[in-house]
Amino acid sequence: MSEAVDHPGSQRRAEGSRVTRQIMRIPTRYPGKWVWDLCFLICLCFLVLFLVSVVILFRNGVGVWGNTIPVNWGLAISNYIFFVGIGHAGTLISAMLLLLNEHWRNALNRFAEAMTLVAVICAGLYPILHLGRFWRFYWMAPYPNTMDLWPQFKSPLTWDFFAVLTYLIVSFLFWYIGLVPDLATMRDRAKKRGGQVFYGVLALGWRGSARHWARWNQSYRITAAIAVPLVVSVHSEISLLFAAGPIPGWTSTVFPPYFVLGAAFSGFAVVSMIAVVLRFAFRLEEIVTDRHLDLLGQLLLACGMMTAFGYVAEIFDALYAGEKQDLQTLFDRFTGENAWSYWGAVILNFLPLQLLWWKRMRIFPVTLFLIGLSVTVGMWLERYMLLVTTLYRDYLVSSYGSYAPSFWEWSLFIGMIGGVFLLPFLLFIRFFPAISAFEIKESQFEDQGERQGD
Amino acid sequence: MIEPGAHIETFGVLAEFASGEDLIEAAKTARKEGYRSLDAYTPFPMLGLTEALELNDNRVPWLTLGGGIVGAAAGYLMQVYTNHAYPIPVGNRPLVAPQAFMLITFEMMVLGAVLAGILGMLLLNRLPRLHHPVFEAERFGFHAEDRFFLVVFGNDARFHEEETSGFMKTLGATKVETLRNTEEPE
Repeated sequence: MSEAVDHPGSQRRAEGSRVTRQIMRIPTRYPGKWVWDLCFLICLCFLVLFLVSVVILFRNGVGVWGNTIPVNWGLAISNYIFFVGIGHAGTLISAMLLLLNEHWRNALNRFAEAMTLVAVICAGLYPILHLGRFWRFYWMAPYPNTMDLWPQFKSPLTWDFFAVLTYLIVSFLFWYIGLVPDLATMRDRAKKRGGQVFYGVLALGWRGSARHWARWNQSYRITAAIAVPLVVSVHSEISLLFAAGPIPGWTSTVFPPYFVLGAAFSGFAVVSMIAVVLRFAFRLEEIVTDRHLDLLGQLLLACGMMTAFGYVAEIFDALYAGEKQDLQTLFDRFTGENAWSYWGAVILNFLPLQLLWWKRMRIFPVTLFLIGLSVTVGMWLERYMLLVTTLYRDYLVSSYGSYAPSFWEWSLFIGMIGGVFLLPFLLFIRFFPAISAFEIKESQFEDQGERQGD
Repeated sequence: MIEPGAHIETFGVLAEFASGEDLIEAAKTARKEGYRSLDAYTPFPMLGLTEALELNDNRVPWLTLGGGIVGAAAGYLMQVYTNHAYPIPVGNRPLVAPQAFMLITFEMMVLGAVLAGILGMLLLNRLPRLHHPVFEAERFGFHAEDRFFLVVFGNDARFHEEETSGFMKTLGATKVETLRNTEEPE
């Protein structure tokens, strides 16, 4: 490149090549390998814990859990909602900001989408594990059978099946076609035969033809445009799982937006945590800059304040309607036996969050990480609170009960976080370019063109 | 498909350019010069190149729309059919309840649209195709430093191996190479 020093754009090309090297060096020449090995080993132990918990569950049935008759959803369904919610942030960051032409998204979208995928897989497992007769899970799908039976399509449970399955397929395809051009780079940079074949097959023979790019761009952007309302529909549908049940405290009309925003809130918290860790672990300060942390902090703050509005609206709703049982549920949340989950959610979600009003706190990785962690735990508590505080005291005194998760519920959940959520994510970081190199170069090229056009 | 098939011996003339801007300029000039069977290879999508090559294939959006309509119709009709095939009458409520059917209709529309769009994109691009004459070129590939290529295919009406190569050099190409079709003619 020595002859092109004075050529316009040569500086940008040098920058682009540095970006590519920085990103591609992670999967090709893995820096800090022993840390990864250690993390991988720990996650494998969690996977074993998960598998043991599943075997115990399958051998004994859901009786090994703490689920009771008024509270028959328990941890399984609250975790399901928690995981789907986390997933939504990946799609929103990637798709919404792509449509808005926000170039800073390019440093975050790839791993955020990978997070979406693993989160949706975790979420999708829970209803099956919760079924009891798990071997009949495919009865949810409409297929011609000798019993002449069809699913009940007016039930939110069937909607759920379609929503989550569609979401999983769409997130996978969106992530994958966004990955293909970078897989082609991996293919051409791979030194060993194994890598060449692995990335070569996955890259589908991508050669960057202008015709291919034009169609790729069309399908990528259209999929993004469809993915945004899909996210809204999926989480609104989950709120309908609640709203369709005649349970006090579940029939508030604020539920769909409240759920969608809460989902985005918890997801942005997890994305912030992952961004901070990746940036630290691979010295990616040039790519995931302070500006990215700043913007993530702002997103988190905005979603958090909107979720806080949902909390206020819920209280207002109960007080304004004045239904005896709704008020009872409200006071159960404040002072009942599960009040810790309510106050835990309020405190962890909204108190540390206020620090994000200061820019210095947003761009300081440690505070952003800790606030992200606090929000993640807080939003988990919120889902638990929404489920348990309403279910354990119904309209009828005869259906009053109590609920405490059993050991096997906790072990399943912890095993799932380590073994089904983090483990595939670690593999993704290890073997795939975790940040989209070609999209960063594309935006650099476009920015330059715009500057020249001035 | 605009690319020459295996029956044409010369796949085309491939020229490398130093930057994306040069490539766009070269593509414009080549179009002006009367070359029609052109393509370019770039490491990232370039809007300017799509315009320079006058690519206006909008089949992917139409396929997406079609997939969405088919998906929505299939989703809705599935629910109508199954409710008649296995009626679950509850409190005299209507069997066909459009409000209750909308969510699955929407999800099926999304699924149909996205599947049609993405699979259509791959199909129209003739991908996956792991083997291609352009991979035989010496400097072709996605490396750390970006490389930009313009190709005039061997089936272009104005194609002449030496003339086209010379023309590419006048456009400022840093390297020009003739590519042969590596597959045996059928």
